[in-house]
Amino acid sequence: MKYDEALAKYEPVLGIETHIELGTASKMFCGCPTGFGAEPNTQVCPVCLGLPGALPVTNHAAIEGIIKIGLALNCEIVEWCRFARKNYFYPDMPKNFQISQYDEPLCVNGFLEVEAEGETYRIEIERVHMEEDTGKSLHVGGATGRIQGADHSLVDYNRAGIPLVEIVTKPIPATGEKAPLVARAYATELRELVRSLGVSDVRMEEGSMRCDVNVSLMPRGAAEWGTRTETKNVNSLRSVERAVRSEIERQAGVLSGGGRIVQETRHFHEDTGRTTSGRSKEEAQDYRYFPEPDLVPMAPSREWVAELKASLPELPAARRRRVQAEWALSDLELRDVVNAGAVELIEATVAAGADAGAARKWWMNELSRRATEQGVELDALPITPEQVARIQAMVAAGELNDKLARQVFEGVLAGEGAPDEVVAARGLKVVSDEGELSSIIDRVIADNAAVADKVRSGKVAAAGALVGAVMKATRGQADAGRARELILEKLGAS
Amino acid sequence: MSAITRDEVAHLARLSRLALGDDELDHLAAQLDQIISAVARVQEVAAEDIPPTSHALPLTNVYRADEVRPSLAPEQALAGAPAAEEQRFRVPRILGEEA
Repeated sequence: MKYDEALAKYEPVLGIETHIELGTASKMFCGCPTGFGAEPNTQVCPVCLGLPGALPVTNHAAIEGIIKIGLALNCEIVEWCRFARKNYFYPDMPKNFQISQYDEPLCVNGFLEVEAEGETYRIEIERVHMEEDTGKSLHVGGATGRIQGADHSLVDYNRAGIPLVEIVTKPIPATGEKAPLVARAYATELRELVRSLGVSDVRMEEGSMRCDVNVSLMPRGAAEWGTRTETKNVNSLRSVERAVRSEIERQAGVLSGGGRIVQETRHFHEDTGRTTSGRSKEEAQDYRYFPEPDLVPMAPSREWVAELKASLPELPAARRRRVQAEWALSDLELRDVVNAGAVELIEATVAAGADAGAARKWWMNELSRRATEQGVELDALPITPEQVARIQAMVAAGELNDKLARQVFEGVLAGEGAPDEVVAARGLKVVSDEGELSSIIDRVIADNAAVADKVRSGKVAAAGALVGAVMKATRGQADAGRARELILEKLGAS
Repeated sequence: MSAITRDEVAHLARLSRLALGDDELDHLAAQLDQIISAVARVQEVAAEDIPPTSHALPLTNVYRADEVRPSLAPEQALAGAPAAEEQRFRVPRILGEEA
């Protein structure tokens, strides 16, 4: 069913579960390293392989990380809780269980405010709990490398046991047609928040942040929520939006055709933007959770929690409010800066001495354009905020004009060295010697006598052509404003 | 009346991927029933002033520092695997076993 049609008949209710791998040096319960992309099964030991007799011990830095996330999400940090064993028969965990938390999550009852198209939504957080990541399977023999139709699977346990934080929202009602945007805005804000805490690199493309999206529909005006589906492993912000949209369309089609929604896990396909049915959930639910006997309970002291709370950095929402006021940005300008990922870069450029307007101009225009051309994020460009500030300082001092400054940017990005080196090597200095400029102008006036006469007769606008000729003669190194003044002076038109 | 039924034993066996015959189900149902009854006697002495206990040691907050320690060599890690391929554990097909 078409999206607009679906929304006219049904009201969606969302729920989002997000898994975030913490960026600790070692795993959750053993000392194996956690680096991404290592050779298969080179980061495993008896503990994370579940060999007989091995005992897990909890990583302190991981607990610190999850408490920071909980606090940043306005959660209550419980005084006492335990790990639990989630038992299931699936080879992504060699132990046949995953250490997780069940009815005693470490952080509960928080919220995160997100903005979608100018409207603010308060997303309630039900729980944030600690668990361990699973291994990675390669499915062999199927046509598409998928689990369906595969002959056998090959498992790499390097990822098994990496600290994993699961963040679960309460049901999110009343978002209407904006449901896909709200889902995306939540994932975006959560990623920014966790990144600001420095506890994870939250790279969706590498799987260190993964979203599962729950969607149900109810007829408009109904009081009771419909049956939900859970779409797994939605691995980009754009996919979060598409998965919600596609699932709304699909469910609306089923319901309006008189069918019923089956509570199930679905898989999102990047290529088609559609979801397909996965394992049926009804059978898979029997995890036989029980308290993990190998790990003692956690009882984070109130002092420690207070200490961690005091150590939280400025969070993204507060930072946005502050820079908007400091830089005098409109809502739209702020949104552009945030979407470009330029807040921190501009801040650092200002800290290095540039004024905010100029810093924003360089990052949002010249440098954003070059980042887009190269297909990289702004912060991946090989130029530092200090270098941007240095170039701007030369502009402010009248040593460079904007056109020359752009050549300096080009040189720095091309690896020609620091701004001063590029200026020296390329000979990029504004011609500030009045005598030299004056003689160039005399020559230009002589070469363009007809234009000069027009200016003399009062057509001041024609001076532009003469300024252009001066700039050309100096290869852009003259101060265009000063050149114009001198031209008008010489032609008696000032 | 038994606390655990034959159907429940069959369910648990299936979750654990154990292929049990009818005789074994009957045999185990009776045994499990006895075990559970024995453990249930604990409830007779549990009073309100005794909190439920999940751990034998009265400890909390046992942590290790976030320090990397050497992992196994891949050949050691795979030494006990019934089958290995491309330095990975080879496992039988995951879906479809019950279809």
